[in-house]
Amino acid sequence: MSKDVKFVIKRRANPQSAPYIEEFLIPYFPKMNVVAALMEIQKNPVNTKGERTTPVAWDCNCLEEVCGACTMVINGQARQACSALVDQLTQPIYLAPLTKFPLVQDLVVDRKVMFDNLRKVKAWIEIDGTHDMGPGPRVSPKVQEQAYALSKCMTCGCCMEACPNVNSKSKFIGPAPIAQVDLMNSHPTGALQRERRLEALMNEGGIADCGNAQNCIKACPKEIPLTRSIARLNRATTFFGIKGWLNK
Amino acid sequence: MTVTHTFFWRKLHSLSGILPLGIFLMVHLFINSMATLGIEDFNRGVALLHSIPYLWFLELVVIFIPIIYHALYGVWLVYLTKNNTLNYRYFRNWLFYLQRVTAIITLLFVIWHVAVLRFSEGFINSNLDFEFVRTALNEPVILILYLFGMLASFGHFANGLWSFLVSWGVTVGEQAQRTAAYACFAVFIILTAVGINALLAFI
Repeated sequence: MSKDVKFVIKRRANPQSAPYIEEFLIPYFPKMNVVAALMEIQKNPVNTKGERTTPVAWDCNCLEEVCGACTMVINGQARQACSALVDQLTQPIYLAPLTKFPLVQDLVVDRKVMFDNLRKVKAWIEIDGTHDMGPGPRVSPKVQEQAYALSKCMTCGCCMEACPNVNSKSKFIGPAPIAQVDLMNSHPTGALQRERRLEALMNEGGIADCGNAQNCIKACPKEIPLTRSIARLNRATTFFGIKGWLNK
Repeated sequence: MTVTHTFFWRKLHSLSGILPLGIFLMVHLFINSMATLGIEDFNRGVALLHSIPYLWFLELVVIFIPIIYHALYGVWLVYLTKNNTLNYRYFRNWLFYLQRVTAIITLLFVIWHVAVLRFSEGFINSNLDFEFVRTALNEPVILILYLFGMLASFGHFANGLWSFLVSWGVTVGEQAQRTAAYACFAVFIILTAVGINALLAFI
């Protein structure tokens, strides 16, 4: 016997139009995830009232929770639609777009700000030269292990969505780019730009805007120790700030 | 160094809640507790406080300027937050929300408390003594408002202390932050016990 799964989706044709709720019944099949359900809607876009409607727009790419493209608000919390298994969700399943990013259409948002923030904090390591610079310094396994955890960030935006201090009123860059500063500063070559990254974090909307609600570490699907990175950089920026002022 | 002022003011906001305001809160409570010794002792404590040299300067620099700064900047921070405790029901998120709720309660309480006890009664009428406080606190409404105001300010201070330790980079690891949370909870319990005991001395 087949059963139906009800989806309640917050939709919006474009950023200017008013949001509305549309409900869909999708035939259940074993091991289905939210992306699969959205694909079913795309095949046959008929809502619960029996009306033919426009297919729901959403983003997805890797389908294995490493790209972050399909991040949306599922039953109130931000997560990836690809790893959201229907069997593990309470029904009806509520889908809504992320609220901390500019909306494009339906469940699609523009997460450009996350990449802008990575640029702001200089979350890269400068290695390029006009000549061979030889092998880089060795990194201890302990540092490698810490770095690996931080490198799993896929800029999906779950931490941004969960953070009460990231919103349209505040300029806070959010937890993700702060952890990337921790990652880049932990690398011996990256550490050469350490102070420039700390300065970036001390700018407007930087690390001091964190209010320690610590939702980020719980919301992160990649289990990145975000609050540890934030606290570690709180220490680094505090020392750097005091030292800078005393040396002025 | 091209650091904007936000970083400095944010850090100062965190610090000012502990030093001097948290320290002042504890000293204040300690002096109030003289009421548990007796009427004469309390009146002596009040008289001693009022006879401190450079009192107006100390009050201005150690209490009024920090409290006005902490309050004004704090209200701005409350405005900047979009709370989401209904979707993210985590313990820390609730404390983060309560920190803002207690901020507003404490602010209203302190304005009322200072307007009545420091300015109109302490300055203008100068009839502030045990008897005056006893008459006031024997009004059930005032007693309840004081109880709420005290609990809000102690909670705000204790959680603010925890947050200060994270924001200034003292407690970094999860275990250290957890231990600090227990310690701050103990601070809250001790302050509450001492505060209620001092209140009851007037009843």
